[in-house]
Amino acid sequence: MSDLGALKRRTTGGSIAEFGKGLSVWLGLLPFALFVSLFLILPTMNIIVGAFQNAEGAFTFDNLVGLNQANILNAFWVSIKISLLTAALGCLIGLMIAAALTKGGLPIWLRDATITFSGVASNFAGVPLAFAFIATFGRLGLVTVILRDVFNFSLASIGFNLISFTGLALTYLYFQVPLMILIVTPALDGMRREWREAADSLGASSGQYLRFVALPILWPTLLGTFALLFANAFGAVATAMALTGSSLSLMPIMLFAQIRGDVLQNPHLGYAIAFAMIAVTAIANLIYITLRARAERWQK
Amino acid sequence: MKAVKFWSWLAYAVGAFYFLLPLAATFEFSLRARRGTYSFDAYQVVLADPQFRETFAFSFAAAIVTIIVGTFIVVPTAYWVRLRLPQARSVVEFITLLPLIIPAIVIVFGHIRMFNTSSYLPLTGSTMGTNVLLICGYAVLSLPYMYRAVDTGLRTIDVRTLTEAAQSLGGGWFTVLGRVIFPNVFVAILSGAFLTFAIVIGEYVFAALLNRPAFGPYMVWMGGNRAYEPAALAVMAFAITWGCMALIQMATRFSKYNKVVR
Repeated sequence: MSDLGALKRRTTGGSIAEFGKGLSVWLGLLPFALFVSLFLILPTMNIIVGAFQNAEGAFTFDNLVGLNQANILNAFWVSIKISLLTAALGCLIGLMIAAALTKGGLPIWLRDATITFSGVASNFAGVPLAFAFIATFGRLGLVTVILRDVFNFSLASIGFNLISFTGLALTYLYFQVPLMILIVTPALDGMRREWREAADSLGASSGQYLRFVALPILWPTLLGTFALLFANAFGAVATAMALTGSSLSLMPIMLFAQIRGDVLQNPHLGYAIAFAMIAVTAIANLIYITLRARAERWQK
Repeated sequence: MKAVKFWSWLAYAVGAFYFLLPLAATFEFSLRARRGTYSFDAYQVVLADPQFRETFAFSFAAAIVTIIVGTFIVVPTAYWVRLRLPQARSVVEFITLLPLIIPAIVIVFGHIRMFNTSSYLPLTGSTMGTNVLLICGYAVLSLPYMYRAVDTGLRTIDVRTLTEAAQSLGGGWFTVLGRVIFPNVFVAILSGAFLTFAIVIGEYVFAALLNRPAFGPYMVWMGGNRAYEPAALAVMAFAITWGCMALIQMATRFSKYNKVVR
């Protein structure tokens, strides 16, 4: 097929008809190109350009410099902290559960059920998730009430409050861990039994096998998924808003308030915040894409 | 080996506890509306609320239209890339993944700025225009899932042979796409569609910032004003998500059956 195409190209190469045909082939992408330009690329460019413009439309770095305010920097820092923490814990816990499922000798039906449940839970984010956690760990939540009535123990006495950094982190894990399970289970399946046996027959301990065989193979997947989970938490708005209202200042919540009512009293500061958010998730995903490509080399 | 099995069960049990506890607690909480006894009062209140019906119907319709729009954009594109433009594949795939990279709130911010009342295309100026913008925003959000699903579906069929067969029988491009390719990837579209449905039905940020009366903002409003009804809504939302995932599984199973027959 490709030989024939090459032959054709050689005989008619450079003719106007050929050019027209090539063009019409690309025209097939026109609807898609139009749609994504209009509703994805240009809106994003609009924000990025706006971040470097002042009210008169002239080029400036003032907006980015303007991010250097205590409340914005604080929101930025809280957002990064919660994303790092829930991504790290999500990876760790997800890996443990996935390892228990694939390598721990648990029954196969349990594994299928868990994968299905993970598909549901990783999509069960947003407003309802916040409600679920309020009903569980909130002031009148089941866990709080049982601990209080049965064990005479108050969660608040150890400083736990659902509407706080810790509470939000606990809630985010509900979609972070399942996402990790979904991604890492196939990777663990790719770990051949022979590798373990080879290591054993050479006298390696379990620890040595983990350190010198399993982790070097898995680490691109782990780090890559970490980046994905990070971006996942960093862009989440609805869960945090429904859980904490606006009492916890996160980057996306601040942007939400800014879009609604220009709370920072400078429209272009909103562009700068949005730009900073794109920059952070883009870096996280760049890491993910790079490492993913490396991870896939191993799994072939 | 015994020890490994013990720790596996332990890790699994702790995980299962964390994941099932909020579901049980939410359900229990949603039954507490009547003092001293369990009842389904909270559900009755929600279901009888005209606002619930209106917002749910709005989001339901938005989800269906999003799926249709998404299908019309994704299927011809994925088909064309597979058939004639394999060199554009990585670019198109990258673009379809962008909505996972760019936070949704930034995309909607861009929409509001770009389609405001003083722009060339003042979509936010009218109710209908804002609805169109909302649908297009949702179609963007669903792009990663729809494209992946359809592309996987196309991989299992011989696109080139089917196209040539249809063309040699005198079918034009619309016939090829509508009557040959579309029915063959229908099951794949379904799995993308149910995921899209699950995402759109409770979506909050787009609907809130565009001021549309959707289910997501309604839930947030309920959360601020009622005690037990939000838990009932959470149980319903979980059931919907679960239902969508179950339908995806059924669709994939159906497609396996399809392959055996062919």
